[in-house]
Amino acid sequence: MLANKKQMVYVILALIVLALIPTLMPGYKTSIATEILIFAILAMSVDIMAGYTGRTSLCHGAIFGVSTYVVLHYVTVIGGSVWMGALLGVLAAMALTMVFAALAIRTSGVYFILLTLALGMIVWGVCLRWTSVTGGENGIRGSVATEWLLNKQNLYYFTAICFAVVTFGMWKFVNSPFGLTLKGIRDSESRMRTLGYNVPLHLFIGFIVSGFFAGVAGALYAFFNSFVSPSTVALAQSVEGLLMAIVGGVGTLFGAIIGSILIISLENFVSLYTDRWLMIMGFLFIFTMIFAPTGFLGAARNFIKSREKR
Amino acid sequence: MERRNFIKSIGLTVTAGAAPWVNTVQAQTGPIRIGLLSPLTGVLAAGGKELVEGFELYWKQNGLTLAGRQVEIVIEDDGSNPDMALQKARRLVEQRNVHFLMGSVLANTGLAISEYARSSGTPYFIPVVAADELTQRKRVPNIIRVAGYSASQMPRPLAEYAYNVKKVRKIVTISQDYTFGHEQCGGFSQTFSELGGQVIQQFWHPLNTADFSPYMAQLKNAGADAVFAMETGADANRFIKQFRNFGLQGKLPLYGAMNLTDQSVIRTLGEEAGGIISSAHFAEGSDNAATKKFVAEYVEAYGKLPSIYGFSLYSGAMWVAEAIKKINGKVEDKTAFLNAVRSIELTNSPLGRPVKLDSYGNPVYDVFIRETKVRPDGKYWNVPIQTYPGVSQFGKYDPEVYMKQPPYSRDFQGIKKS
Amino acid sequence: MSMTIFQLLNGATFAALLFVVASGFTLIFGLMRIVNLAHGALYLFGGYLGLTVANLTGNFFLAGIGAAIGIALIGLIIDFGLLRFVRGSELRQVLLTLGVAFVLNDLALVLWGGDTFSIQVPAFLDGPAEFGDVTYPIYRLFVLLVGIVIFISLGLMITKTRLGALIRAGVDDAETVSAMGVDIRRVFIYTFMLGSALAGLGGVMGGAFLTLYPTADSEILVYSLAVVIIGGRGSLVGAAVGSLLVAMLSTFGQVWFPELAYFVIFGPMAILLAFRPLGLFGKVA
Repeated sequence: MLANKKQMVYVILALIVLALIPTLMPGYKTSIATEILIFAILAMSVDIMAGYTGRTSLCHGAIFGVSTYVVLHYVTVIGGSVWMGALLGVLAAMALTMVFAALAIRTSGVYFILLTLALGMIVWGVCLRWTSVTGGENGIRGSVATEWLLNKQNLYYFTAICFAVVTFGMWKFVNSPFGLTLKGIRDSESRMRTLGYNVPLHLFIGFIVSGFFAGVAGALYAFFNSFVSPSTVALAQSVEGLLMAIVGGVGTLFGAIIGSILIISLENFVSLYTDRWLMIMGFLFIFTMIFAPTGFLGAARNFIKSREKR
Repeated sequence: MERRNFIKSIGLTVTAGAAPWVNTVQAQTGPIRIGLLSPLTGVLAAGGKELVEGFELYWKQNGLTLAGRQVEIVIEDDGSNPDMALQKARRLVEQRNVHFLMGSVLANTGLAISEYARSSGTPYFIPVVAADELTQRKRVPNIIRVAGYSASQMPRPLAEYAYNVKKVRKIVTISQDYTFGHEQCGGFSQTFSELGGQVIQQFWHPLNTADFSPYMAQLKNAGADAVFAMETGADANRFIKQFRNFGLQGKLPLYGAMNLTDQSVIRTLGEEAGGIISSAHFAEGSDNAATKKFVAEYVEAYGKLPSIYGFSLYSGAMWVAEAIKKINGKVEDKTAFLNAVRSIELTNSPLGRPVKLDSYGNPVYDVFIRETKVRPDGKYWNVPIQTYPGVSQFGKYDPEVYMKQPPYSRDFQGIKKS
Repeated sequence: MSMTIFQLLNGATFAALLFVVASGFTLIFGLMRIVNLAHGALYLFGGYLGLTVANLTGNFFLAGIGAAIGIALIGLIIDFGLLRFVRGSELRQVLLTLGVAFVLNDLALVLWGGDTFSIQVPAFLDGPAEFGDVTYPIYRLFVLLVGIVIFISLGLMITKTRLGALIRAGVDDAETVSAMGVDIRRVFIYTFMLGSALAGLGGVMGGAFLTLYPTADSEILVYSLAVVIIGGRGSLVGAAVGSLLVAMLSTFGQVWFPELAYFVIFGPMAILLAFRPLGLFGKVA
């Protein structure tokens, strides 16, 4: 379990904050909080690849959205149960990730980005044109939630619990021996190979784990949004997830949570005053790349470290 | 060590994230807030802009007060995209506390908003969104088609005209691949084939198709007497241009959905826009006194001829304003408000004839067959050349029988096998 | 007229436009190893700039020149003003250009609005051309001509001029070229400006028959990526072959497999990236 008492205290504090959100921020803001948690999971799944495995991808939006499509299709068109739908959604996400991984693990760096971009585009194209299954331009809409989940507060608590569980799972994963191997691969692939590690297999499994979590986020999104359309699997979705991970700090896992809070709050706040949300996000990207490539969390840590050196 | 620093950074962020949300709580008395959704970007940007202009024209003429209360209009861009439309609808209702929603253009955005309106109970009025099912199989009490129309309503008389008057026997259709397109083509194809005509082939393309060249040769070689094109927004503009550039104008008669030849589309076009036949309840080139007056006022306010989007939202604003006056401004009483809206008979419509809802919630109209003709000043507009009176959303079919057939889609176009 | 010939013409004319845009992209990618994700935004911005110039001067050709120069300048600002802070990290460069793409896209929205615009072509290029039983838009044939001219011009520049030689050497091995005393930074800047100018010119060319609208940038970017990946990084011949392939796949794909239209383009791109990332004509670095 957790190494020391201090960590336990922080975790409990975090859980308390999580539990108090609906009281502190009622109504519409609770929905925003739910949205933040869902996208935080997506951003963290991106970080597993970008931060821990060293492979920046632009296909996680597609994986996320496929899960949403499967859940919505299963519940509204086939008429199945919500929980079965969620399970199928996550499984579909993992299956898709397996296909992506099989093709992509040979590449790295810029080529990996481009390949995942292309794969994401294929998924988007299919969702757009396969009208009989995906609804095409119309998307699929319909309430995907059991009675008690229809209440926004309940939905928030459910999402928060899933979030806590999933975050814990991811944290354990990246700190496990397997996770450390992934970090080693990120730092120097050739060294890991000479040390005898099966690099492709590690990459493959790492990718699938990342896809699993993206799928979980996608299923939660189905509950939250009750609607899916090609926009959900579009490139912009992958970009936003990546942006959250980067702005928060790749390789820190929790940075992705910060990134999600920052970006979604900013978007909601900024839109009250101006329509220039996209431009602001663009500048944020540019700024982060030039001045803070380690992201908010990375920069905060560096800053605090340099203070402590004195 | 790291944990403490990390918690500090989280704490700072949460506070930073929370600060902007200290919004003012909107009071429940006071202004009547209308949430207007419109595509200000995306494939329907031109039409979306006019939707807002038409809406605002009414308030400019009549003032922003009703029954003693101030009227506030909050406009949000739905981006011609259903995902964005849904987000904005939620924001309007939950964050900006509007009393009801209006607007949107594309059927897919309208349907996404309708789903939200249905589950939240927010009144939603749709003068332009024409998805059939909202007033047929999937009617919902709080979604009302004020001053609007349903997709398959308009092309049926056009099919009759093409077959009976113009003696068209074989037709090929090309359309945007979404609900509105399916329904317009379905309405046309079903009537046309039931009269004895043949629908040779149907082409479907995604919204925002820039390049129609792959389709042009196929249209030419299909062996049809005429083409029925269902295009809206920028696609309509591009289609008409490319239809001419590929040498099809004049060689193959072009029939279109009303959106194809709408002012928002043909305003920037020249001779390529001439000679296209469409059908609609509104024609800016009509002789009717009320229509002429409306057109003149619109030209004076905005310097251009009104499109269907401007006309529809103008009528929609008129309709809703009368309903609000009827209930003395008490829009918070949703049931009374919705009943008032449903019971309105619009006598001052720019159509010059009264407009009211049928028992299923969609108005009955006199439909004009219109042709695009050039004016003395060189601009093109839609002029009525024939009228089909009293057309309802069900056409000549019995409503209950009609609703038993599946809704129009890619797979079901109502084509009668001969 | 034979359907196949018609569709071949459709593919070839679209390929010409793609080539103009993708050639700029491949030069930058090949020489500077930068995947310029703002390339599509440069195309769109160039189109809008050209539109303004055309409206002001009434001349279509001036619009093309104006756009090329304007976008070359913007390219200069991007490279000199922003990209130099992230030298050495491919990933940071890519992501920075993504941010630039957002900014340019939104700026275009502010300056020109969300409507769809078309650049007016001169009367002698407008309308259908008829030869025999073939009817085809004159302007598209003009685009094909321009594409060929640019291909030849670029080819001559690359093979016959000093700058071209430096670019070719730099694509092969930038470090050695620098070590030989050449100011490789200058070559980089010129290349970036040239690549951007081509994108801007493409915007005007495309704006006249495909129209300009806010999502056109990501569409053309994605096509350019496919062209460059399939054709090979840094190769003009590769860009030409890639453009033809992608355009033909797109045109015939829409006719034969409308459901799979995107798959037909991105499938090959994905396969190539997975198994032969250098594409058909790319060289090992």
